[in-house]
Amino acid sequence: MSQESAEHAEHIVSYKTLVGVWVALLVLTVITVAITRAELGALKVWSALAVASVKSALVIAVFMHMKYEARLFRIILLVALVTLATFIGFTFFDVLYR
Amino acid sequence: MSSAESRQPVAEGFWGDTGKTGLGSWIFSTDHKRIGLLYLYSVTGFFLVGVILGLLIRIELMAPGKTIVDAQTYNALFTVHGVVMIFLFIIPGIPASFGNLVMPIQIGARDVAFPRLNLFSWWLYAIGALVVLTSLFTGGGAPDTGWTFYVPFSARTGTNVSLAVFGVFILGFSSILTGVNFVTTIHRLRADGMNWGRLPLFTWSLYATAWVQILATPIIAITLVLVIAERVLGAGLFDPGRGGDPIMFQHLFWIYSHPAVYIMILPAMGVISDIIPVFSRKPIFGYKMIAASSIGIAAAGSLVWGHHMYTSGMSDTAIMVFSFLTFIVAIPSAIKVFNWVSTLYKGSISLEAPMLFALSFVLLFSIGGLSGLILGAAATDIHVHDTHFVVGHFHYVMFGGTGFAFFAAAHYWLPKFFGRRYKEKPAIVGWAFMFVGFNVLYWTMQVLGMHGMPRRYYDYLPEFAPLNFVATVGSWILATGLVIVLVNLVKGLKSGEPVGENPWGGATLEWQIATPPPTENFEGDPVVTHGPYDFKGVVKP
Ligand code: HEM
Repeated sequence: MSQESAEHAEHIVSYKTLVGVWVALLVLTVITVAITRAELGALKVWSALAVASVKSALVIAVFMHMKYEARLFRIILLVALVTLATFIGFTFFDVLYR
Repeated sequence: MSSAESRQPVAEGFWGDTGKTGLGSWIFSTDHKRIGLLYLYSVTGFFLVGVILGLLIRIELMAPGKTIVDAQTYNALFTVHGVVMIFLFIIPGIPASFGNLVMPIQIGARDVAFPRLNLFSWWLYAIGALVVLTSLFTGGGAPDTGWTFYVPFSARTGTNVSLAVFGVFILGFSSILTGVNFVTTIHRLRADGMNWGRLPLFTWSLYATAWVQILATPIIAITLVLVIAERVLGAGLFDPGRGGDPIMFQHLFWIYSHPAVYIMILPAMGVISDIIPVFSRKPIFGYKMIAASSIGIAAAGSLVWGHHMYTSGMSDTAIMVFSFLTFIVAIPSAIKVFNWVSTLYKGSISLEAPMLFALSFVLLFSIGGLSGLILGAAATDIHVHDTHFVVGHFHYVMFGGTGFAFFAAAHYWLPKFFGRRYKEKPAIVGWAFMFVGFNVLYWTMQVLGMHGMPRRYYDYLPEFAPLNFVATVGSWILATGLVIVLVNLVKGLKSGEPVGENPWGGATLEWQIATPPPTENFEGDPVVTHGPYDFKGVVKP
């Protein structure tokens, strides 16, 4: 059964990938700092959020092994993230228009 | 049969087959049935505490002016009544007690996926309850904020809000762990042949509930920590004077607490979906739609929290969006009601105690649901917001709905686990008292609310006096019914007539094993070959 094999097989991530992700995270951090200094107006928050999302996606996928887990677990994680995003998004019906 | 004879254990089952019977064998047990009973005893205990507080509230409201308590005590009374009923009775209520008892058996499993985590979540519940109780008698005294802990008052009042809120925080984790356990169990431990289309609807409803528990509960936990930060550190998160936003508290609070009403009602609906077919001797009408509507209610119900906030100063856009979404939730709820009624149609109905409670659930829940639409429509809500109409409405859904379903479940399933049953006649008499008293009490409260009587006030204008008196008398009728029902249940389960494997002629797995079930539930590994409401060949004794 594919689920079982995914459960038992320990996936080992190579040093190359780990270092690659680490470097990517550092670069993205530099970008985040740069964004705070650039004149972007309303886009500032959105770009910072976008960078943060990419960073957390990398951490979750590689460091937290989500990329190598069974599909069910990935769906479950996605449901949680989408729910949280929806909760935050819907409060903006109030905050943006008050 | 002499009474000494009838006291002989029927067969021991999980009560004795491990050879362990002391207190330790219960409070450290990892058997889902023992944990289910631990929860059952605890939530019933707190239900009774809540009922006594409710009766005291009603006595105070019996006549205008001071009747038995002063204003401050009244505020503490309704706060503690609300906190106990919500966080200690109704949220853990059906899922943690009957869910634990029945669900693993219904899917053909020997236990839940994480038995020790299950025990841990009961312990968290016990510790959380202890902390909440401690908060009543220490510090500045029992909290007086209402169960909603709204800022700015909750950030300023001198009563013991921080500790109470911390207790609720712990209770939240207990709820999350039950959710995690149930989702995993239902995904991983189903017996051979128990596919998703054969899952009993009670299990389906627990599955939907568990998701809400996992996804929404962390938000209240964080919010309550923020209240503590506000009180202890003066964080200013909700204080406009310091750049904070008090309405943000209401958002955060209801982002959990509205989905939480589905944690309360969904399992109750599951109970009803399991009981109605058995007592109509007919397969459930619309199995797939009922299962799907549980998920639909859980999903849509998570997006309507703003309907508690129409008068808060929230933006008009948000009011319209949330009002619209609220009406959407009515659709899956109505799907369930119509399917139950269609199941009854041309059924061979037997009106035994579980069925009477189940049928009154359908009626009372419908009344509560319809008055919910009056509150969900922003225009009418503005008039009845924070009146007794709201109090009547939520008692109809929570007590008339989930409370009655809790008793339906108790009369339906407990004989299975105790091996003995209650007497039918007193159960029906008790039910009748409860049903009549309930409506006298809460219908009257809804009428009072329509006339403008505000909630959370210990005094009122003289013109409200007659109806308030009627409501209080209703609460006594209700309480009489409760006493009859509970005494009959307890006596019956202790020393009533023994029951066989399948007293009601149910087709789900819990009726195919010994009564009371052995610790391991099944002798071999069960193989499921038919659906949960396929009564062909099932004989009702
Ligand atoms: C004999 C049973 C009960 C009686 C007589 C009763 C009575 C009342 C009354 C009169 C109030 C309104 C107080 C006010 O606004 O001034 C109230 C509030 C409330 N009740 Fe009950 N109740 C009973 C059972 C229940 C049950 C079973 C539940 C839930 C499962 C429940 C949950 C609540 C909640 C959440 C509040 C709101 C508290 C607040 O305003 O913060 N009650 N009850």
